[in-house]
Amino acid sequence: MTSGAAVVIVGGGVTGLSAGWWLARAGVDVLVLDKSIVGWEASGRNGGGATHVGSPFGLEEQRLWPQMDELLGYPTEYQPHRIGIALSEPQLALARRWAEIGESRGFRWEPLDRRQLKELVPIVGDEAIGGTYLHFGGHANPQRTVQAYAWALADHGGRILQHTTVTGLVRRGGRVTAVETTRGTFGADVVVVAAGPQTGLFAEMLGVALPLAPARVEMIATEPIPLMGVGGVAGNGLYGRQTLRGNLVYGGGPHEWINVPDMTTPEHANTPLVRNLARRLAELFPGAAHVRVIRAWSGLVENTPDGLPVVERLSNPDNVVIATMSSVGFGLSPAVGRAISELVQHGRCSFADLGALALSRFAGTPPDWRERAGWVARPAEVAAAGGDG
Amino acid sequence: MSDHRSIAGKAPRPDQHIPLVVVGAGAAGVAAAVEAARAGVEVLLVDEHPVDNDMMAMDVPLCFGQRMDATVRNRAAMLERVVETNPALATAHDAGVDVQLGTYVWGAFVNSATVQELPAPMLGLADDRRSWLVSFDRLVVAAGARDVLLGFPGWERAGTLGANGAAALLMRYRALAARRLLVIGSGVLGLHTAALALEHGVEIAGVVEVEAHLRGEASEAKRLAERGVPFFTAHTIREARGRTGEIESIVLVGVDEAGTPVRGSEREIACDAVCMAVGLVPSVELLHLVGARLVFVAALGGWVPEVDAWNRTSVASVFAAGDCAGAHDGMLRAPDVAREQGRVAGLAAAVSLGALDRGQAEARRGVRAPLSPASSEMQSYWQAWLRTQIEAGGWEVNVCQCEEVTRRKLIETKPPRYLKWESPQMSARDVGTLLRDGPINQDQIKRLTRAGMGPCQSRRCREQVGLLLAQAAGTTLDRIPLPTFRPPIRPLPLNVLWPADEPAAMREDWVSWFGIPTQFSPHWTAGMAVDEPTAHARLILSEE
Ligand SMILES: Cc1cc2nc3c(=O)[nH]c(=O)nc-3n(C[C@H](O)[C@H](O)[C@H](O)COP(=O)(O)OP(=O)(O)OC[C@H]3O[C@@H](n4cnc5c(N)ncnc54)[C@H](O)[C@@H]3O)c2cc1C
Repeated sequence: MTSGAAVVIVGGGVTGLSAGWWLARAGVDVLVLDKSIVGWEASGRNGGGATHVGSPFGLEEQRLWPQMDELLGYPTEYQPHRIGIALSEPQLALARRWAEIGESRGFRWEPLDRRQLKELVPIVGDEAIGGTYLHFGGHANPQRTVQAYAWALADHGGRILQHTTVTGLVRRGGRVTAVETTRGTFGADVVVVAAGPQTGLFAEMLGVALPLAPARVEMIATEPIPLMGVGGVAGNGLYGRQTLRGNLVYGGGPHEWINVPDMTTPEHANTPLVRNLARRLAELFPGAAHVRVIRAWSGLVENTPDGLPVVERLSNPDNVVIATMSSVGFGLSPAVGRAISELVQHGRCSFADLGALALSRFAGTPPDWRERAGWVARPAEVAAAGGDG
Repeated sequence: MSDHRSIAGKAPRPDQHIPLVVVGAGAAGVAAAVEAARAGVEVLLVDEHPVDNDMMAMDVPLCFGQRMDATVRNRAAMLERVVETNPALATAHDAGVDVQLGTYVWGAFVNSATVQELPAPMLGLADDRRSWLVSFDRLVVAAGARDVLLGFPGWERAGTLGANGAAALLMRYRALAARRLLVIGSGVLGLHTAALALEHGVEIAGVVEVEAHLRGEASEAKRLAERGVPFFTAHTIREARGRTGEIESIVLVGVDEAGTPVRGSEREIACDAVCMAVGLVPSVELLHLVGARLVFVAALGGWVPEVDAWNRTSVASVFAAGDCAGAHDGMLRAPDVAREQGRVAGLAAAVSLGALDRGQAEARRGVRAPLSPASSEMQSYWQAWLRTQIEAGGWEVNVCQCEEVTRRKLIETKPPRYLKWESPQMSARDVGTLLRDGPINQDQIKRLTRAGMGPCQSRRCREQVGLLLAQAAGTTLDRIPLPTFRPPIRPLPLNVLWPADEPAAMREDWVSWFGIPTQFSPHWTAGMAVDEPTAHARLILSEE
């Protein structure tokens, strides 16, 4: 055995890193393994949104984010509050729905009319019929946050090994005793699997049915424009934010269901969908229609059938925690990391009821659920550009 | 059942289909287009020149250093100008090639492991008003090369050009607004640029070389010297001076054998422009986007596509020719090579489309000249320049102009200034601490420092950042993985990039995030599900 740690975490995305950080600050010996660099997958490619008040982790998410910079010792670019913009009645109804969910948890919000909207967000146009101002929620910079977790974890004595792919789990006597990797075997008392779309493959190794469908989604970013008072502005079928640098960074629209058959993550490509995103962004912000798009990217996420995370300490083997965030894991990461750290140390979570996130809810899910739901990848052809006509 | 929120069945269709698209109307691209058209293939040849003035002002696609004269604002005149100055275009036109100028290729889209819904491989094209999609059966990329720029104090001022930028202004646009040019680099590229400028009536304030001897051909140097061009060997750039925002002179300083600036050897050279001519890098963005295998070949300028004897890349339908397949002094010395590569690629594309048989192509190809003349590796030469420039100009020089990231901030991996972030933890971090976690990754450092994240899309800093990181990591450029390229590879306005119309399904089924009704509903009451909005307005505003 190469070496090991009390807790070995598979996956250096926000889920694994946050868990590792919470554990390290509690004095636990932790080792995070990632097949690439930290945050190279969804965790470094998302919209940065942190407004999930409907989640069992929602209150903790809202409580923790304003403290994260200080707790971590590194900047996350967290910014509080959100503005929702509606260009149509259904959009307005939806924006209010979000607000009301927050209200039912004790958060404040107020409706905005067009004039108020224009004052707050000068680039909206006359198409905007109204909106909402949420005195809750917020957003951060995913890439900075990833590195903040990673560095803070190391500051507390935790270790990260990049470019190390976990290929198998060693089981002995009802427990997982080690992980096998491309760089040797690492012993562990407890293993946390937070491997994004690959989490399903690990569940399979353990004989646990974890229904997951991976998908690819895209975002665009513009050149910087003058800062608005609140950067967390979205609507018209887009999510995203104005960064503190001034770039408009937005995503949304159709996803593509894909397959992730093994431990190598496929290239994340963009498609002409970037044009449709540009159109929706210009509709949302007519005052910025002339602004240049300077980048686009895509990322891979995984979804469970109900779109909710699975965060659970298994019963057999009983020293494994599984965490897949079902495509809403960035905002929840401070809270989920804390929950995982408690599951590792105490076997239960003190601040949230994880009942709704239990694996058992999928006991009756048929094996062909992806086909039934239509959440399937088009069968791979020989990539057209590779074919010889 | 199908998921009407997914892309299945509604991926954008191309506006046009062309059997062969050639990108770039330089020597290689035109030759490829002409050969294929003569073989009976329907060919579209696109080139972005003349690019619009705003784009030029951003140093896209080449570093023009704000030294364009006012004529570039006249689009119609510029269009005529680039036709007039590129006689080969007429040949292409006569051969039946559809030539589209002033047209940017901003993206290439192919099916791959995570993209299966595209009806065909396609390119994103745009002019100054709109964008559109063109699908192709075969693609020849002849996108040329970019200049390697190495900063110095004051290089943000108007007047810092790249050799290719200067050449474009001189030869294609005839619109260089500089009267006295200082050339940095005495290799074939530098001498060639100096000669070209002289020919066009631009005075040469000198040619500067960091090494002790001139690198280019002695005969060429002699000709320049005869015309009064001074040479400054064993010198480096210390700084640019002038009124606000303008270069009016450059201060040079002598360097000793170890490359250390010699105190007291400074000299100020009056000039209104300085041209970085230390080297070129192949423009491989599109090749990267189509998934062609790229390899680092030091003698070819860095990352280049792997091509076979017919200039075919690892993607069977894609060919590469000219500087984008390898840019170096050898290509400049033998201008016919790019054309030959283009011809070969055009013939091969025609064969693969069934328009020619292999024998005919062999016959037309004729005698085989070496398609890529030998050249020496350039990276250590660039490092030599950079080291002296750091010694002479210090660490507070912006490496990335767009994001104002200095050399120091880059190496210390500091967050950008506007975050105003200070913490003892942050102070303890730098490239060195990142290195402990694994080999240098330029994309990761870009995310932290923002170097390369600006509107010029890292055209001005990519190589400098790589070289600085290589220095800091005690390694060489080839050991740093290629930083990724993403569309749009030209910075296009939202209202140019957007599609004029969209299929109804795209609009109606659009959701911000998956549209799984239970995903955002409050967990404590099942009754409060965030419903899918009704049929005609399926727009979900969400805050993932
Ligand atoms: C475009 C986009 C926008 C999004 N917007 C938001 C948003 O606004 N708000 C929000 O909350 N969420 C958002 N998400 C979702 C969010 O990014 C993810 O849910 C979250 O990042 C998941 O983090 P993770 O750590 O669980 O998984 P990942 O980030 O996928 O990390 C998993 C890690 O595991 C590693 N790994 C996998 N297999 C192995 C192995 N065998 N060995 C070693 N390592 C392995 C991978 O390399 C990877 O680094 C978005 C996602 C995308 C792509």
